[in-house]
Amino acid sequence: MDAPQHRLLVVDDSNVIRKRIERANELPEIEFVGAARNGREALELHAQLRPTLVTMDLTMPEMDGAECVAKLVQRDPQIRILVISALADKLTAIDALEKGASGFLCKPFTDRQLNEALRKLISGG
Amino acid sequence: MTLESDVGVFVAGVLSYFGTTVQQAAQCGTPHLALGERPEISDYTGVIQISGKRTGLVAFTAPKSMLSVMLMRMQETDMSHENLCDLVGEIANTLSGNARRDFGHQFQISVPEVVSGRGGALEYPAHGRPIVIPIEWRNYHARLIVCLQ
Repeated sequence: MDAPQHRLLVVDDSNVIRKRIERANELPEIEFVGAARNGREALELHAQLRPTLVTMDLTMPEMDGAECVAKLVQRDPQIRILVISALADKLTAIDALEKGASGFLCKPFTDRQLNEALRKLISGG
Repeated sequence: MTLESDVGVFVAGVLSYFGTTVQQAAQCGTPHLALGERPEISDYTGVIQISGKRTGLVAFTAPKSMLSVMLMRMQETDMSHENLCDLVGEIANTLSGNARRDFGHQFQISVPEVVSGRGGALEYPAHGRPIVIPIEWRNYHARLIVCLQ
């Protein structure tokens, strides 16, 4: 089997959600490489792990997801970021996309919805 | 928005959360105002402070047994105190965040705080009138407490 082409970093302040995203990923093209609890940790891990994909919560302590999205995209314009947030208003989604996110998935989500969103992320859809 | 429509937003959020995350429907009982009393809290309570256009709090409170079964339904094997706190905070966060679909961008939510133990007390806004939405899932009973001004 081919090696996974995409390296996934999961960013969420909830341990339950971080583990759930890791477990739910069914795509062989995606390898889970690490998890961060906030934006600051995500920036540190990005430097070490060089992920190509990120799932990003928005409401987090220390550094929120919107700020982290902007910093990651500035650092690595090729990175693809799926924002996964409970903030369900349109302006939040638009703001995340304007900061450089590639997709938005609203919590709560099913495993099927997560995999579909990840599939779109890697296909550029 | 009216009290009824506020409640409707949160009831819809609860039903969606359970149907999606643990894939077993919950039922909401008749919401009521907690007049002259502080609503009882359960083993674990996730609290979100609300600011912006509305102020107040949203709290989800549930027994340990219910949260443990919810974790199992999510294929989580770690039923530690830390994970139970994490889950109850995440539920409060999700229900509050989803309410922005109706209340808009100016309904600002804090990161969750968690109270463990039934003896704890929540700090309500002065003159706040907490609304209690009873939640039944399997044979467990939880509550969503909404106190907005």
